[in-house]
Amino acid sequence: MEWLANLFGSYWPAVALTGWTLIKIVAIVAPLMGAIAYLTLAERKVIGYMQVRIGPNRVGYFGLLQPLADGIKLLFKEIVLPTASNKTLFLLGPVLAIAPAFAAWAVIPFDMNMVLADLDAGLIYILAMTSVAVYGVIIAGWASNSKYAFLGSLRSAAQIVSYEIAMGFALVGVLMCANSLNLGKIVMGQVGGFWHWYFLPLFPLFIVYFISAVAETNRAPFDVAEGESEIVAGFHVEYSGMAFAVFFLAEYANIILVSTLAALMFLGGWLSPLPFIQDSFLWLLVKVGFLLFLFLWFRATFPRYRYDQIMRLGWKVFIPITIVWIVFIGGMMQTPWARFFH
Amino acid sequence: MTFFGLHFQDIVFYTLAIILLFAALSVITTRNPVYAALYLVLAFFTAAGIWLLLEAEFLAIALVLVYVGAVMVLFLFVVMMLDINLDKLREGFWNALPIALPIGGLMAVEMVMIVGVRNFGADKVLEPAAHPADYSNTAELGRVLYTDYLLAFELASVVLLVAIVAAIALTLRDRKESKFIDPAMQVSVKKSDRIRILKMDAVVEENAETLSNVAENAKEGK
Repeated sequence: MEWLANLFGSYWPAVALTGWTLIKIVAIVAPLMGAIAYLTLAERKVIGYMQVRIGPNRVGYFGLLQPLADGIKLLFKEIVLPTASNKTLFLLGPVLAIAPAFAAWAVIPFDMNMVLADLDAGLIYILAMTSVAVYGVIIAGWASNSKYAFLGSLRSAAQIVSYEIAMGFALVGVLMCANSLNLGKIVMGQVGGFWHWYFLPLFPLFIVYFISAVAETNRAPFDVAEGESEIVAGFHVEYSGMAFAVFFLAEYANIILVSTLAALMFLGGWLSPLPFIQDSFLWLLVKVGFLLFLFLWFRATFPRYRYDQIMRLGWKVFIPITIVWIVFIGGMMQTPWARFFH
Repeated sequence: MTFFGLHFQDIVFYTLAIILLFAALSVITTRNPVYAALYLVLAFFTAAGIWLLLEAEFLAIALVLVYVGAVMVLFLFVVMMLDINLDKLREGFWNALPIALPIGGLMAVEMVMIVGVRNFGADKVLEPAAHPADYSNTAELGRVLYTDYLLAFELASVVLLVAIVAAIALTLRDRKESKFIDPAMQVSVKKSDRIRILKMDAVVEENAETLSNVAENAKEGK
């Protein structure tokens, strides 16, 4: 340490801060990558058992090394660049898909004071990052210069833009209850047992948020952007090898992100359900795990929505519900029962 | 802390400013409209970065959220679907130039007169004091919007609302050929609407014998 400080001289504080931040970023991203890898395995296993199959069980015990095998296979595959594609944007697409999916994790608190950037505008930062993620899909679809890819990206863009509104309104309810946009303060607003968590006073918003989250991440039953039976694989039909894998990493990173957000904002984050049990990071893991299981459960259960039904659900059902509930909360906060909404 | 006589903020500012100017120029010079839209996205991003330097984190993120996340997505959506013929767009360039040049020049002069060094020079505008670490730009902005500027803020929102209603009223037409399905009707369908159950007397088939012959032949593999 000493000789490092001497080496950089007066720049040492800045260098040390940068290095320390980089270490913290790696400490978030590395476990996240592991979680993504094993979420793909969990998905195949869970859906397998729901369909009375076994799922992957060849590589390692219970198929536990399957994600590694998949990763190595994709890494060694050739990335095919279509002749008529726009090469620059074709390669920029996956980058733009995964960058915001990871950047959003900067403001996620994992435990008391365990957060990379304690941002006061954390909630809208996350909204901004998730809305930027759509560029990866649009650019990939356009640059591929393929009809299927383009149709997929148009569907995805329209869907993400529509559900973002319902999602944003659901978050307005949360910030009205918490009086803050800071995610750590939102969690601390739910202290005192599970009956203080926001999913009770904001129950309709919780449901709207979670279903919108499924639609935002283009997951079944809202996965028309991929729609294998109609447009092959949607926006990433022309991608192969690691470029294709990056889209999948982004999708799963986004799934874990929206589940973590739902756990933080509606299910009390790292707080324990009963006040006399200790609060811990493990509680957050349990809650996120449960919500991730719901994602897989949906996929195994529901048939795909028709495109016009998706639009109707977003615009004509969810947005009115959220607006009505926001007005209701605002009204209730002016009455003697206001304490139930804080 | 200084690097080669420049403060860290200066370096960040000049880097962002150069990227911003490059992106803004590219928007109007690039030939491909999709590239132009993407350069505009880059311009918004760097502008948000400059706002972050001003400790205005709420405005910076709101810029990304609203312009990058929503407006430009719809822009790209339209630009990608339209097959724009650039040569046709450029045809009138030399004809329009004699009128466009003085107008453009006039606008430039006006802008320099108002935002030029005379009014906004370093001696006119003091360097803003750095805020303490617990200062929240978000909370501060909310307080000002809903107290001092409440009337103007609400008026602006009403103007926006009118614009939304007008846009929908202008574009909403009842299309006759639309195969619109009413979900309420779909859900409330009953079995009796779709199926008719008939009662029929049991009748002995006249060709029962031939049928059993066919079955036997099939068994023997003929």
